Amino acid sequence: MEHIISVTVENKFGSLSRIAGLFSGRGFNIESLSVAPTLDPSMSQMTIVTSGDERIIEQIVKQLNKLIDVIKVVDLNESDFVSRETALIKVHTKSEDRAEALRIADIFRANVIDSTPATYTIEVTGDPRKIEAIINLLQPLGIKELTRTGRVAVARELIRSTDVQAKKVVRE
Amino acid sequence: MKLTGAEILIECLKREGVKTIFALPGGVVLKIFDMLHQQKDIEVVLTRHEQGAGHMAEGYAKATGKAGVCLVTSGPGMTNVITALADAYMDSVPLVCFSGQVPTSLIGNDAFQEADNIGLSRPCTKYNFLVKDVKDLAVTIKEAFYIATTGRPGPVLVDIPKDVSMDKAEFVYPSSISIRSYNPVYEGNKWQIKQAAEAMTKAKKPVLYVGGGVIFSGASQELIELAELTHMPVDMTLMGLGAFPGEHPQSMGMLGMHGTYWANMVMHYSDLVVAIGARFDDRVTGKVSEFCPHAKVIHIDIDPTSIRKNVNVDIPIVGDCKLVLRELIQILRATVNGDQRELRKPWWDQIREWQQANPLAYQQEADGPIKPQHVISRLYDLTKDRDPIVSTDVGQHQMWAAQYFKLAKPNRWLTSGGLGTMGFGFPAAMGAQAAFPGRLVLCIAGDGSIQMNMQEMATAVVHKLPVKIIILNNRFHGMVRQWQDLFYEGRYASSDLETTPDFVKLAEAYGAVGLRASKPSEIDDVIKEALAVNKPVIVDVPTYRYENVYPMIPAGGCNHEMILEDPPALKSKQSGTGQVAPKDSDTILTA
Repeated sequence: MEHIISVTVENKFGSLSRIAGLFSGRGFNIESLSVAPTLDPSMSQMTIVTSGDERIIEQIVKQLNKLIDVIKVVDLNESDFVSRETALIKVHTKSEDRAEALRIADIFRANVIDSTPATYTIEVTGDPRKIEAIINLLQPLGIKELTRTGRVAVARELIRSTDVQAKKVVRE
Repeated sequence: MKLTGAEILIECLKREGVKTIFALPGGVVLKIFDMLHQQKDIEVVLTRHEQGAGHMAEGYAKATGKAGVCLVTSGPGMTNVITALADAYMDSVPLVCFSGQVPTSLIGNDAFQEADNIGLSRPCTKYNFLVKDVKDLAVTIKEAFYIATTGRPGPVLVDIPKDVSMDKAEFVYPSSISIRSYNPVYEGNKWQIKQAAEAMTKAKKPVLYVGGGVIFSGASQELIELAELTHMPVDMTLMGLGAFPGEHPQSMGMLGMHGTYWANMVMHYSDLVVAIGARFDDRVTGKVSEFCPHAKVIHIDIDPTSIRKNVNVDIPIVGDCKLVLRELIQILRATVNGDQRELRKPWWDQIREWQQANPLAYQQEADGPIKPQHVISRLYDLTKDRDPIVSTDVGQHQMWAAQYFKLAKPNRWLTSGGLGTMGFGFPAAMGAQAAFPGRLVLCIAGDGSIQMNMQEMATAVVHKLPVKIIILNNRFHGMVRQWQDLFYEGRYASSDLETTPDFVKLAEAYGAVGLRASKPSEIDDVIKEALAVNKPVIVDVPTYRYENVYPMIPAGGCNHEMILEDPPALKSKQSGTGQVAPKDSDTILTA
């Protein structure tokens, strides 16, 4: 089963490779991983999409927690969460297709963020199914390039994010 | 006052109480060696290979319970020590390894003797640091020792570029340290401990399954108390040997692939397994789906990842073994009142029956070839009063040592359990000897293993480390040969060493003492002679070449289905009636 795991780590040299190395070394799946600094620049927030049975997920969470650089691990599947992914899609557009490309973007509430005589670059945000759907529709027009961020997610309960803050305050 | 990085390193080591380091120099660590040369508080044991330095530090750590320290140069120095780091990581040995690195300005340039030390060591260390600024050096070293020795111990690498060892900074050593993302749990959950105590009082057929965690947490006394209070049998893992006295009537000896018959039967038929500082390794569980089919499992371990990794656990307790056992004992004292012995009488009757049915056995004929088990039995009898530290390499001799050398106390047993590193034994013994110059340190080795770090004999001679090496010499990679006999129809693919050096002459060539026992009747005298010498000694004992280790649970087999002796086909082959009769079933010297 797919799980989204949110990991707060020290924002320092090597943290990402420790986590990536853990997954490859122990044969765990990574479907996507996204990482960026948090409000506190000394920490980074990672969202890891992985899959496995209950025992594997338990091991993933425990093994992540065991890493010295990891501050907090939350398996978001244990609660309600929202998740989003962004894709940038560069569509090859002949003149007769340009209106169609715009129409599709409009339906999906996607934005055209760049335009050249032969291309549109479309930015779309949503859950993975929405992104798959727009890709499917744009494919006949000719997708030149596609890049996706991987999912980011956040638990709906606010307590979880304040936990990290609380730990920090105590330390200081 | 400002100090150079090299001086800061030495000051830090002194403050950590380090008396001995195991090291081999090279270009980028010359400044550090130069400063070490000009002080007297820390002894530098110059090894002949970095792997030796790493294993010596491990032996030092296992025997003392403190962190072992080694120092190597960049590039090949680092790659050579990797085996020892991986070994220490698998066996949770507290180790701090300092590696040299090319100057910070050259990192990433493919400079001479450059390697990505951090990348190389990441999967085989608990943590690693690259120090980019001399101002961070002292606090980094403090963190390194803290991480290596707390929680589940392990190796930590500190990578020091050449310029960092030469730059200067104000030296301030932090008196304490806390890392926000690293907070090992020591106290067990009280409610869980209560549950465990309750299960333990009720169980009719319980067993204590104890591992190296008991030794690292110093919980042997508590373990003995708990076992006696609850009248439970004690199974030890390879790493746990010595945690419980080997000759105690409740000791079942080692369990697992080559464990005793009764230790494995106890596991299989128990109704409650209490795992303490052990990790349900595949060499213990065998076939996981049929492991302890009747048992509830209590698992006490400081590392949460060990719990429910391989087998399901009913009552998990994350915490330090010593603290958890103390609490357990406290609760049990109040509830158990002598009725345990009565409750478990049928269980003990069964255990004694198992013990009588299939004792550890070998046949030593007075004028026949020497049986390896006999050598270890004699060595045990002749040395047990001296409370020796025993190291082993990896293979058949290691298993026989585990079966026949019954350790009375913890921190006496140095063996490579997780990684199974041949070549571990001799340098590990030297590390222990360096920590305890007056003690008797034995290294039980095979002729294959000893050749993997033989070069350290030069170190032993120079540093006057009078380790006694006993080589069980069958001119085979014996365990490989055993598997080939049992599972590969006796095709000895690359397991027959054919010739081994004359170890007596080899010892002498290094300036050590070489002895040999060629007949069973000579064993005692030769061992006594070796013990009387205050120098490193090799005792070469040519043994029967085709002896196999039993009991044996084939890999992935069930714990109660053990092979107890050579199968008939193998027996007839070895007695010369089989198809491929070995021509030299008696022992032959190569010299």
